[in-house]
Amino acid sequence: MQLIPCPWCGPREEAEFHYGGQAHVAYPEDPSALTDEEWAQYVFFRDNPSGPFAERWSHSAGCRRWFNAVRDTRSHDLLAVYRAGEPMPEVAS
Amino acid sequence: MTADLTSPLAGWTDRLAALAPALTVSEVPFRSQLTVRVSDPGAVAAMGSALGVVFPSVPCTFTAGEGEFGAVEVLWLGPDEFLVVAAPGLQVPIEEVLRGALGDFRGSVVDTSAQRTTLALEGPHVRDVLAHGCSVDLHPAAAPVGVCVQTLLARTGIVLLVTGEDRVMLLVRSSFAEYLAAWLSDACAEYRAVA
Repeated sequence: MQLIPCPWCGPREEAEFHYGGQAHVAYPEDPSALTDEEWAQYVFFRDNPSGPFAERWSHSAGCRRWFNAVRDTRSHDLLAVYRAGEPMPEVAS
Repeated sequence: MTADLTSPLAGWTDRLAALAPALTVSEVPFRSQLTVRVSDPGAVAAMGSALGVVFPSVPCTFTAGEGEFGAVEVLWLGPDEFLVVAAPGLQVPIEEVLRGALGDFRGSVVDTSAQRTTLALEGPHVRDVLAHGCSVDLHPAAAPVGVCVQTLLARTGIVLLVTGEDRVMLLVRSSFAEYLAAWLSDACAEYRAVA
């Protein structure tokens, strides 16, 4: 089974984690000013790259913290993990 | 009239005792447990000195000590989350002392004693038995005394404390305790002495 390196607990089995979708999707500054189309973009539309992708993960069976990870969607390799609030590190794709 | 206290594994005492000498397993029921959420380093230090036990600063470790409330363990559960464990019946006074130490800092102290029961495991095969259902590396080099990990053991969420070379404490949710006891009995089968 794939090991995911939790930034707090270290490498743990994938079964201990939950997936949280794309990272760094900021809540709109003024939601009421958005058109329906812009709101739909914010709520439903996500990137689907072939290659490095910044995602949110939760170590739900361990420390229960959310963190971010850059995963290569082609190989399922985790290229980097970083704590919530930290900037996304540079990764070589 | 209140019902008598019955520990989650009250019906398993004999079956767990029968696992010796492969593994000495016993339940340590009704321990006082308080979940502490606090992030300010000053408040963490104040709570530590109020208890007489320094709070762990390293992830996945626990600290133990003797203080006003006897033997107390403080478990690291997250970067701003700790579990204070002490002898049964001390929830209320410990909660008051910790609330006092918290003062005006942001945080919480909640009595969660009924959430989990404790299993004390001891024996030369303790790490082997647990390895049957736990993916965390339990080799003494990777999990020395003082380690406290939250993980899955046979798909059950547990808190695992390495308290000695051959000694482990498991904190398990009360409703999962019987399942875990049954799994332990099964996992011990191959280590039980053949007459």
